Amino acid sequence: MSTEKTEREAIFSPKNVKLLTGPLNLNNPITVQVLGICSALAVTVKMKPAIVMALALMVVTAFSNLLVSFLRNGIPARIRIIVQLVIVSVLVILVDQLLKAFVFDVSKQLSVYVGLIITNCIIMGRLEAFAMANKPWPSFLDGIGNGLGYGLLLIIVAFFRELLGSGTLFGFQVIPQSLYNAGYVNNGMMILPPMALITIGVIIWVQRYYNRSLIEK
Amino acid sequence: MYSNRYIFTYAAVLVIVAAALLSLAAMLLKPFQERNLAIEKMRGILTSAQVTQANASNAIPLFNKYIVKELVIDSKGNVLNSYTKSPKEDAPAFKLNLKEELYNKSQKRPYKLPLYIAEKDGKTIYIIPMRGTGLWGPIWGNIALTSDFKRVIGVFFDDKEETPGLGGEIAKPKFQNEFIGKTIFDDNGNFTSIKVVKGGVIKLPEAQRIHGVDALSGATLTSNGVNDMLRNVLKSYLPYIKNHR
Repeated sequence: MSTEKTEREAIFSPKNVKLLTGPLNLNNPITVQVLGICSALAVTVKMKPAIVMALALMVVTAFSNLLVSFLRNGIPARIRIIVQLVIVSVLVILVDQLLKAFVFDVSKQLSVYVGLIITNCIIMGRLEAFAMANKPWPSFLDGIGNGLGYGLLLIIVAFFRELLGSGTLFGFQVIPQSLYNAGYVNNGMMILPPMALITIGVIIWVQRYYNRSLIEK
Repeated sequence: MYSNRYIFTYAAVLVIVAAALLSLAAMLLKPFQERNLAIEKMRGILTSAQVTQANASNAIPLFNKYIVKELVIDSKGNVLNSYTKSPKEDAPAFKLNLKEELYNKSQKRPYKLPLYIAEKDGKTIYIIPMRGTGLWGPIWGNIALTSDFKRVIGVFFDDKEETPGLGGEIAKPKFQNEFIGKTIFDDNGNFTSIKVVKGGVIKLPEAQRIHGVDALSGATLTSNGVNDMLRNVLKSYLPYIKNHR
C-alpha cells in the first residue's frame, strides 16, 4: 500500500492565479496571441453587446475547457477535434438559446456572432493547447482567464468606439449637449470596423511600450 | 490506441447526450422565446405607426393603448373576425402566422390575413404586416397607412440575416423614413405600390416619384426583396381596401 500522500495543490496557488491573470496582459488572446480578432471588430460598436459577447465567450471557453479536460483521457485521439467541436457547439447553442430567452435585444444585436463563437479560434486554441493536457480545475481557470483577457480588450475598444462614435456609454449620453452646441460632432468613422482595427493597433502599441519583453527582435 | 468499436461507441454516446441536452433546453426555453417574439412583433407594428418610443419594456402597454381593432380578413376582403377586447395580443389576427398564410396563397389555397387598426392623435391608422424574402433569408415588416389607404404614415422592416451595413440597412430608420408621405395609389385610384428604385427615385418620371424610394446601394437584391414584398402583400389586401376606401 502506498503511503505516499499526494500533496493537493491549493485552489488558488500562484500557478493557478497566473492562469487567470496572464491572459489579461502578457498573454492576451487578442493583442499577443492574435486570436478572435474578427468578432472583436464586429461587436465593439457599443458597450452592452461587447460585455455580453465577452461573458458568452468566457462561459463557453471555461466550460468547454472543463468538460474536455474531464474527458481528456477517454477521448480517442483520432476523433478528438470532432469531440471538441461537438462540446463547443452544444455550449454555444445553449448560450444562444438562453440569450434569446432572456436578453432578446442583445441577442438580436449579436446575431450571427454568437453562432460564430464556435469558430472563435480562442476556444479551439485553448482546448488543444491546454485542456487536452491539464487537469479540470486549471483548465477551467485558463478558460476564464482567456475569456477575461478577450473581454477586457473588447470593453476597452468598445469604450472608445461608443464614446467617440456615438457620444454615449451603455446608451447614456455622456458628452454634454453644450459641447455639441459648440460645434462638436460624433466621429462616424468610429462606428465602422476599420476604426476597431486601428484602436486594437493602438492598444497593442501602448501595451508593447510598457512591456518591452513582448517586442519581437 | 483505441479500437474502432470504442471510437464508434464513444461518438454515438456523445452525440445522443448532446442531442438530449439541446432538446431539453429548447423545450424549457420556448415559452420565454415566444414571449420575446410577440413583444418584438408589437414593437414593429407600433414603430410603423410612428409610436417611436416603443421598446421591449413598454411595447405591451403601448400596443394595448394604440391598437383599437384587429381584423382577420379573407382573400375576397370579407372580415372574418373583428376583435376589440383586451389584451390585444389574444386577438386571432395577432396569432395568425403570416408566413403560412402567404404560403397558402402562393399554393392557391384559401388564406386569411391580419389587419391592425390603430387610433393615434384622433386619426385612424391601418397597419398591414408584410413578409417576403431578402437575399439571404426572410425579411418582414409593417406598413402603416392613412384611413383612405393612400398615404404611408410609416414603415418598419427587419431581417434575419441580411448583410450588416448593406442589406441590413433596411432595418435602419434612415431607409424607413424615406417611405413616409409616399402614396400607394395614384390620383386615379390605381394601385402603384411603392417601388424601391435602383439608382434613386430621380430616375423615375416626376409624376411617379411619389410612389418610389431610393434603393440601398450595394444591396440590390435586398432592395428588390423589399419592393416585391410591398407589391405582393399590398396586392392581397386590395379587395378589402376597395370595399373600405
